[in-house]
Amino acid sequence: MATINKSATQINATILSNKRVGSYHQILINVGDVVKNCRPGNFVAISVGGDSSKMILRRAFAISRVSENSQYGGSMELIVAPHGSGSKWLCSLPEGSELDIVAPLGTAFGIPTEPINALLIGGGYGSAPLFGLADVLKARNCKVDMLLGASVGAKIYAPLEGKRSVNSLKIYTEDGSMGEKGRVTESLLEIVSNRGIDVIYSCGPMGMLRAITELVAATDVIHQCAVEESMACGIGICMTCVLPVENEDGQVAMLRSCIDGPVMDGSKVKWDLVGQIPEVQQ
Amino acid sequence: MSLPVDLSTTLGNAWFPSPIFTASGCASSGKELAQFFALKDVGAIVTKSVMSKPRHGRPTPRMAETPSGMLNSIGLQGPGIDSFLANDVPWLLEQKARVVVSIAGETIEEYSTLARKLRSVSGISAVEVNISCPNVENRGLVFACDPDASRRVIDGVRKTIGGELPIIAKLSPDVTNLPEIARGVVDAGADALALINTVLGMVINVDTMKPHLGGKTGGLSGPAIKPIAVRAVYQVHAALPEVPILGMGGVSSGRDAFELILAGASAVSIGTASFGNPTALIRIQNELRDILAAKGFATLQQAVGFAHREETQ
Repeated sequence: MATINKSATQINATILSNKRVGSYHQILINVGDVVKNCRPGNFVAISVGGDSSKMILRRAFAISRVSENSQYGGSMELIVAPHGSGSKWLCSLPEGSELDIVAPLGTAFGIPTEPINALLIGGGYGSAPLFGLADVLKARNCKVDMLLGASVGAKIYAPLEGKRSVNSLKIYTEDGSMGEKGRVTESLLEIVSNRGIDVIYSCGPMGMLRAITELVAATDVIHQCAVEESMACGIGICMTCVLPVENEDGQVAMLRSCIDGPVMDGSKVKWDLVGQIPEVQQ
Repeated sequence: MSLPVDLSTTLGNAWFPSPIFTASGCASSGKELAQFFALKDVGAIVTKSVMSKPRHGRPTPRMAETPSGMLNSIGLQGPGIDSFLANDVPWLLEQKARVVVSIAGETIEEYSTLARKLRSVSGISAVEVNISCPNVENRGLVFACDPDASRRVIDGVRKTIGGELPIIAKLSPDVTNLPEIARGVVDAGADALALINTVLGMVINVDTMKPHLGGKTGGLSGPAIKPIAVRAVYQVHAALPEVPILGMGGVSSGRDAFELILAGASAVSIGTASFGNPTALIRIQNELRDILAAKGFATLQQAVGFAHREETQ
């Protein structure tokens, strides 16, 4: 009996649609019953480049949202930024293309059992999994506010239907081309106290996750963040995506973002030690 | 309809139902892959090299994808031998997997200490002595680059572990005279050889204009190094035809595995291919069986080193 990756399966999935949305591609794939095991915060690992590709590693993408009731059965939505050669290849694929995927992977966001006040914070396309999360939180009668930030307006991902699943949405851009000029952390503490926020859920660049953690350190707010570290396998065997995280007995362990994350307790991540080696305590 | 091919193989006195193994450092201790296939269905699980003490490894970034390959600089992160023997080995044996335990040390004494702890563990098939990890702070500590140091490590392990458990010495291709190092460790008591560990490499990030990896250098693996592996296995099998070889290096298909077997490997480890495909071992095992049948081999053993035999006809 597997104890790790216990919901994961490897399947061939068909691309149902591939649309450009701002700086990103919204890719919908038919994954059948796999959707039943997908939770907000899980990710998918996709083979890129075709059989004779020189790109030998899968690419990991956050699952933006899943639907059990589309006309095709279960479908999964991904928001992909065409940055590197793998994501560019994926964004170039036409409808009907077959993908080799492994999903769902990783630790999902923790969902409260009681109604709470939740603040969802997304940086760039990091907002993608937050809309699926918002749906789940709303179904649990949570109050859901959202802050999105990016360098420029074209890098804000905020679909119309997504806006409906939140109570409020505030957008920040560094150049002021959309929403307010500035960063999501601008008036974070004020928002947290005015709205009685219990939990922050965040996804985006590591610098943003760290800044949020530091801002709320002196408060009672729980910060669940989805981290981003480059990974070779996505299933816990390569040991490349590790982060220094404090464990139950107060020691720092190098945990894998793929199986111990991507969702982690922000207050446990030793942000100042990322990229270093902590001392081993015997 | 041809008869089923007998895939069984041996390394020293250890018997395996299939020649397809995981590669050390590419399967952790098996739990992660168990969701994708039954671990008992492949030849063996070669566990990630374990050291005496828990170890954090090297700083991130630890990985860079390269054309048809990747560089890694993990630096032997692991739980230490005591936790490993208490938790990981019993679990693997419960799965009815064949277990090859890989050990790594910073000193000759550390290898002997590890061997002493393994001596009393029942159920494991063999010990792989990793003397060739490139991701250590001091390249001078890569024992496998020094014939004398290699011999002394294996000699220490052999004397400590006694005569039963087969010792597989894992060697580096980053040497001038591989057969000489291979002969040295066999004379010192190695029953088999694992060829090849990763090839030392480096990537410089052209944006930051600095080495990309936290550890600066890393080990190159994947299809890019397969011809180096074929050469190394061929060369060593030619020099030491009676010594079984666990071949590895960029194998990602049954054809690749077959190539290493023709060069002289009695078994083949699958490493980086599992990163791209969690069911790689099963697919490669099935493809290998089909190729052996198609080429008219009734047993795997008939194909081992076949490339050499043709040469002498």
